[in-house]
Amino acid sequence: MKLTVNGVAHDVDVEEDMPLLWVLRDELKLDGPKYGCGVAACGACTVHVDGVAVRSCQTMVGDVDGPVTTIEGLGNPDEMHAVQAAWLKHQVAQCGYCQGGQMMQAADLLANNPSPTDTDIDDAMSGNLCRCGTYPRIRDAVKSAAETLKVS
Amino acid sequence: MGRIGTIARRTFLVGSAALLGGVAFGYYKYKQPVDNPLDDDLAQGEAALTPYVLINADGVTLITPRADKGQGAYSVQAALIAEELDVELDQIKVDPGPPSAAYWNTAIADEGVPFPSTDRGMAAETMRGFMGAVIKLMGMQITGGSTTVPDGFEKLRVAGAVARETLKAAAAEASGLSVTQLKTERGAVVLPDGKRIPYEALAQKAAEIEPVTDVTLRPSTQWRLVGKPMQRVDMVAKSTGTQAYGIDLRMEGMVHAAVRVNPRKGGGMISFDASAVDGMRGVQKVIPVTGGVGVVADNTWRAFQAVDAIDVEWGAAPYPAEQDEHWQALADTIDAGDVDATPRDDGDVDGISATVEAEFRAPYLAHAPLEPMNATVLVTDSRVDVWTGNQIPRMTQASVAKMTGMELDDVHVHILMMGGSFGHRLEDEVVKRAAEMAMAMKGTPVKLTYKREEDTAQDFTRPIALMRGRGAVTDGKVTAMDIQVAAPSIMDSQMAERQGFPVPGPDTTITQGLWDQPYAIPNYRVTGFRAPKLGPVSSWRSVGASQNGFFHENFLNALIHEAGADPVEERLRLMTDDPSRKTLEAVAEMSGWGGELAANKARGVAFCLSFGTPCAQVIEITNGEDGIKLDKVWVAAEVGKVVDPVNFENLVAGGVIWGLGHAINSQITYADGMAEQENFWDFEGLRNYQTPEIIVRGMENRGYVTGVGEPPVPPAAPALAEAIFRATGERPTEMPFGNAFTFV
Repeated sequence: MKLTVNGVAHDVDVEEDMPLLWVLRDELKLDGPKYGCGVAACGACTVHVDGVAVRSCQTMVGDVDGPVTTIEGLGNPDEMHAVQAAWLKHQVAQCGYCQGGQMMQAADLLANNPSPTDTDIDDAMSGNLCRCGTYPRIRDAVKSAAETLKVS
Repeated sequence: MGRIGTIARRTFLVGSAALLGGVAFGYYKYKQPVDNPLDDDLAQGEAALTPYVLINADGVTLITPRADKGQGAYSVQAALIAEELDVELDQIKVDPGPPSAAYWNTAIADEGVPFPSTDRGMAAETMRGFMGAVIKLMGMQITGGSTTVPDGFEKLRVAGAVARETLKAAAAEASGLSVTQLKTERGAVVLPDGKRIPYEALAQKAAEIEPVTDVTLRPSTQWRLVGKPMQRVDMVAKSTGTQAYGIDLRMEGMVHAAVRVNPRKGGGMISFDASAVDGMRGVQKVIPVTGGVGVVADNTWRAFQAVDAIDVEWGAAPYPAEQDEHWQALADTIDAGDVDATPRDDGDVDGISATVEAEFRAPYLAHAPLEPMNATVLVTDSRVDVWTGNQIPRMTQASVAKMTGMELDDVHVHILMMGGSFGHRLEDEVVKRAAEMAMAMKGTPVKLTYKREEDTAQDFTRPIALMRGRGAVTDGKVTAMDIQVAAPSIMDSQMAERQGFPVPGPDTTITQGLWDQPYAIPNYRVTGFRAPKLGPVSSWRSVGASQNGFFHENFLNALIHEAGADPVEERLRLMTDDPSRKTLEAVAEMSGWGGELAANKARGVAFCLSFGTPCAQVIEITNGEDGIKLDKVWVAAEVGKVVDPVNFENLVAGGVIWGLGHAINSQITYADGMAEQENFWDFEGLRNYQTPEIIVRGMENRGYVTGVGEPPVPPAAPALAEAIFRATGERPTEMPFGNAFTFV
C-alpha cells in the first residue's frame, strides 16, 4: 500500500492491521516515534496524519488516509521547528524518550491554538506521559514556542 | 588497633555486596593500579591517557562509565573531565566505555556503612575508604544510588588534569619549550607565540611518554564549567527526536523477538502449544526460554502478535498468590520478633508511655521507564556481543559468559542510551532471555523487546513495607519515637538470588532513610524486620528511603501535631546537622512558611536525608469540591556543589514529581500470583494536569559533594500527607493516597 511519510512516498507491503508505529519503525526505519505502551496511554508514538496528532500505536496502517509527519519531518538539528528550538532552549529532556511525542503533540496544539492557557496546555498534553517528570519545562517550552510562532 | 579493629569487625555486619571475599587479599591488590581497558583496542596514533580520555585523529572522546538513564550522567561526567582537560563540551564525544574494573564506583558503598552520612569523622571516613577499596577490588561498575557526581567529582577532574599535563609534556618535547611556558585552552596546547597545537596532533607523542600523574587540581575560583549553566551533550538530539536508544538499534540481518515469561514470577512454564503461530506472517522461530517462550520474527509487531497467540500453561507462583497474604507476612514478621537490625537505639524507648501510635503501609511499585526493556545479542562461535541500556555492565557480562559458556573476555557489553530506568536497569533478565534466544539463532543478531505488559508483569518491584510507630510528646516537644519497619529484603532477592552475591549481615535498605535522620529525639529507636521472600523485589528510585521517608516524616508530623508544635520549628529544634537545618530553613523562607492561607488551602512539610543529601520540601494544596489539587512545591537540597544548575533543577523537580505521582496514583498488587496492573492506564505516576509548580533551590553549605537523583523523592509523599491532614483532618496512612482521597 502507498504511504507518504515526511514528504516521501513509500510502497509498503504489510498487513492492513499493522499499527502505523511498527510500519514507521521496522519497515521504514524511522525511529523518532517510540514504542511505550501500545495502547495509546503514553503518547510516545505520536505522529501527525494529515496535520492532526494521532497515536501511531493504535492507528492501523490501512486506516491512514493522508500524509504522515514524524518528529524527523517536523524539523532536524540543522533546521529546527519552533517547538524543537523551544525544547532545546528550555533543556526539557531528561531521558528524552517521550519528548518526540510530546513535541508532536505540542506542535498540533499550537497549530490550532496559538495562545494556549495553562489549562489548554494541560488538556492537550496530559495524554503524553513523561516518567522523568519534565512537565514544568514542557509547559514553559510550549509557551515559549507559542511566542516564537506568533512573531514569525 | 582498638577503634579500627572494632570497625573491621563491624564491617561484617554491614549490608553491602562489596564485603564478600575481598578483605583477606584486598589491601595488597588495592595498591596495584588497574589495567587501563582502553589500551587493548588502541589503533596506531591513538592515546588513551587515562581510562577516561581517548584522543585520536578524529578528536577527543571522554569515557563516561556511569550510564545515562536520563539523569544527564554523560554530560556531568564529561564536564568534570573537560574542566581540567581544557576542552569545551561542544568539542568532544562521549562514550560509556567497555565494562572494566577500572571504572569501579567507590561511592556506591557509602549507603552501606554503619555511620550517618553527615558523620565525616575519622571512623566513618576510614570505613568509607575501606569499603571503597573493596569496591575497587571487585570492580563494581554500577550506576545508581545518586553516586555519579560524588564518585567522580575528584576522580574525573584528576583524569582530565593528568591528560592535560601529559599533552603539555608531549608538546614541550616536540617544541623544545619548557612545560611552564605552555598553556591549554579549547582542546589545544598554546605556545608562547600564540601557535596552537591541537590535542589530536599530540596524541601519538603523548602515548609514547610516561603520563604525568603528579597534578594539582584547580581551585573552585578558577572553574570554567563546574557550577555554571551548561547545555547537556545529549540535548540537541533529544530535542529533535534523533537520539537513539537501545530499542532503536538496527543491524544488518537482525531479527526481532518477543517473549512471554510466567507472570507468576519465577513460577516456570509447564507446557506450551505454539500451533497457532504456524503460518503467521514473518515468524521465523519459536524458542523456549527460562520460564517461558519466545518468538523470532522479521518485525516487532509480528513477534508480539505471535507470542501472544501461543497457548501456555504456567506454574504456580513461588510466593503468596494474593496481596493480603503479603501484608500478613509483614505483620507476622514483626509479631514474631524477627529483628534484622536495630541501627538506632537512643535513650530508653521501652520506658516511655506512648501517646501516639500509628501503622503505615507502602505498596509494591513498578519502575516502568518509558522505554521498555530490550536487548540485542549476537552469538557466534568466538564471541558474544550484547547491546543494551544497563546499569550493571560487568554483572551482565559475567551472567552472559556463564550462560553461553564463553570466556569473560569474549563477552562484549555495549551500553546504549536509556529511556529511563529508575532502578529497572539494575536488573538484566531481558539480556538473559535475549541471550538464550540468540544462542538458538547463532550468527544472527536478535533484538528482544518486551511488550509493555510483559515489562510490567516481569518487573521486580519496590518492596512493600509496613511500619508500626509508637511515640510520645512532653511539654510541647517530641520526646520519643519508636519505629518498626518490616519489608522483604532487596539484597536477598536482587543480589543473592539473581546476581549470585549473597550479602552477609543486615539488609541496610530495610531501614534506609529511617535510622540516620539528623534528629536528637531523646528516646529514638529504629528496628528493621526482614520479611520472608515474597514477590521478587529490587531497587527503585531512592530505594528504602522511598517508603521510609514517608513513614518517618508522616509519623514525626503526627507527633509534632500531638505536641501542638510547628512542624518546621520543632524539626529545627531537634536537628543536629547544620547543613540539614539550613536546608529546612531555606524551604521555610522560600515558601513563606507560617503565613496566612486561604480557607481551602493547606501546606505540609517534610525532610529526609538520603544518599548523603538533605532535602526539605513544602507543598501547598487546594482542597476543592472535586478533590485535592497539588498547587505548588518548594524544595531545597544540599549537595555541596551544584555541578550544572540547569540539569540540577530538572532532576530535582523530576524527583518531586516521581515521589508525588506514585504517592497518589500508583501501586502493584498481586492476585493469583500475578501483578494486577498491566500498562500505563492503570500504572501511570503523575501526568501534566496534576503537576504542581515546583520551585527548586540548590544548597552548598559543606565541603563534600553528594548526588541528587534520588534524594528529592522521599520527602514528597510525607509533605503531601501532612498537607492532606491539615486540609481534611484525616492523616493518610497508606500509599497510594488515591485509595482514600480524590485528586484532581
